[in-house]
Amino acid sequence: MIGYVLRRFVSLIVSLVVASLVIFMVVEVAPGDPAAFMLGMSAQPDTLAALRAELGLDVAKPQRYLNWVSGMVQGDFGTSYTYRTPVAGMIADRMWISLPLAVYALVLSTLIAFPAGIYAASRRGRAGDIAVMGATQLGVAVPNFWFAMIMVLIFAINLGWFSAGGFPGWDKGFWGGIKALTLPAIALALPQAAILARVMRSSLLDMLGEDFIRTARAKGLRARSVLWKHALRNAMIPVLTIIGLQFSFLLAGGIIIEQVFYLPGLGRLVFQAITQRDLIVVESVVMLLVFAVIVVNFVVDLTYAAVDPRLRVQA
Amino acid sequence: MTRRWPNRSLMIGAALALIFIAGGFLSLIWTPYAIDGVDIPNKMLLPTAAHWLGTDHLGRDILSMIMVGAQTSIAVAVLAVGIGMGVGIPLGLTAAARAGGWLDEFIMRGNDLVFAFPSLVIAILITAVFGPGAVNAIIAIGIFNIPVFARLTRGAALSLWQRDFILAARVSGKSGLRISVEHILPNITSLMIVQGTIQFSLGILAEAGLSYVGLGAQPPIPSWGRMLAESQTLVSLAPQLALIPGLAIVLTVLGLNLMGDGLRDMLDPRIRAER
Repeated sequence: MIGYVLRRFVSLIVSLVVASLVIFMVVEVAPGDPAAFMLGMSAQPDTLAALRAELGLDVAKPQRYLNWVSGMVQGDFGTSYTYRTPVAGMIADRMWISLPLAVYALVLSTLIAFPAGIYAASRRGRAGDIAVMGATQLGVAVPNFWFAMIMVLIFAINLGWFSAGGFPGWDKGFWGGIKALTLPAIALALPQAAILARVMRSSLLDMLGEDFIRTARAKGLRARSVLWKHALRNAMIPVLTIIGLQFSFLLAGGIIIEQVFYLPGLGRLVFQAITQRDLIVVESVVMLLVFAVIVVNFVVDLTYAAVDPRLRVQA
Repeated sequence: MTRRWPNRSLMIGAALALIFIAGGFLSLIWTPYAIDGVDIPNKMLLPTAAHWLGTDHLGRDILSMIMVGAQTSIAVAVLAVGIGMGVGIPLGLTAAARAGGWLDEFIMRGNDLVFAFPSLVIAILITAVFGPGAVNAIIAIGIFNIPVFARLTRGAALSLWQRDFILAARVSGKSGLRISVEHILPNITSLMIVQGTIQFSLGILAEAGLSYVGLGAQPPIPSWGRMLAESQTLVSLAPQLALIPGLAIVLTVLGLNLMGDGLRDMLDPRIRAER
């Protein structure tokens, strides 16, 4: 197990290094000098040079890459070209919305998908199964931001149960914050729940076809007990993998949903940065999202190996 | 499940998808109204005999915009699938032909890396550097598709390499490249068609999302995602402006997904029993 963890850890580091190199190089080909962009056309050469030095743009590219990476490792993401404030602080502020939103959506997705998937599997081929599968078919076809707009129309504009957008801030109370994130989280969770319900169903059906299930039935256990105690526990492995993978997609996907509800999260930060050509912010947010995907994958792999010893030998 | 069901889902799905594909193609030569036909006195009309789906906040005919929007969606999604297949399939074939070797390892690790970049993140990066445009959406979704096809191709090709007819081809002295092209590729075609349909529908969803946040097609090119973005502030006055493009997306994607499921059941009888 230790050998496996070490090998996976080395490949985690390699992935992070290569990903950061790719991001850095893509941003580097951007035309124009951020310092010149910030100061405008009439900038004096010495002011320009001073600003370039302040932003760390006056050193060679390989050195800048190393500065960027070593800065991030220590929690320093550089200084925003537009606002001249530390990027790390800006990201941290926005994370207080984007992260809870992703977690909330993940919880909802799981709460919807588990009963739906288990129910469909237990009613395989019957009306209940077909209804659930039909609903998931619809769930994966509906764009989540459109679903969000429809929910705003119904629950915010017509019924007035929720506000149509914005965020009161966690300091105004926990439940107020949760309420503001409820519609966005439902919208974000919907397609993920549909996918998860399908995985849950098919994984459970695979298990129900296994020999140990027949044995459990043959020794006289009730169908209910076979399903809940024997099949479900084993069917959880692929389901947990998908849940892990979904988290990083929820974090990135939240960027679009935040736009629907005018939430001041990572999405708004990154779109503002794009319009203002604040490339250092874009670079850092992108790295953070990619970091989340890679690290979650790593954790999922390790969990998988911890649960299923066969995988440790293979990989 | 009975055998009738997969074919029915193929028929329904293909019919739904065809309506929008045909509309998109028709818009190349004809639309009921010009899509830049601003007509403020007739703005935000509900569906009428003259405007079957009504008009938007500038008085433009929504049916015409949906048709041209279909063209945008289809073009972006088709090109993105083309990139995914064009790069992914050769990579997958190469990896399988060199299974276990350093080239295989290199390709697959590269794939894992690309998988870590969701298409939205790629689009953000490209747009930040080069400015917005439909091409960014094509590249972003296309890059996202590459590892999907590479992995699928490698997996399918690996199991084919174990088969006797491949062994026969090897014994007769054919190179790995020739075997891949002449024997492996024809045998994975149906799998690729099914996956292509699925990625096509995912591409339409992704394009809509990117256009909605302004990372995809730019004005004046109509796109379903941007129609939704423009309708957002008007949703309480004219909900149909948000409903119609959304339904266009849902029906197209649903149609393509049903078609993909139906094709899979038809082309691959082995999994019919499992489902």
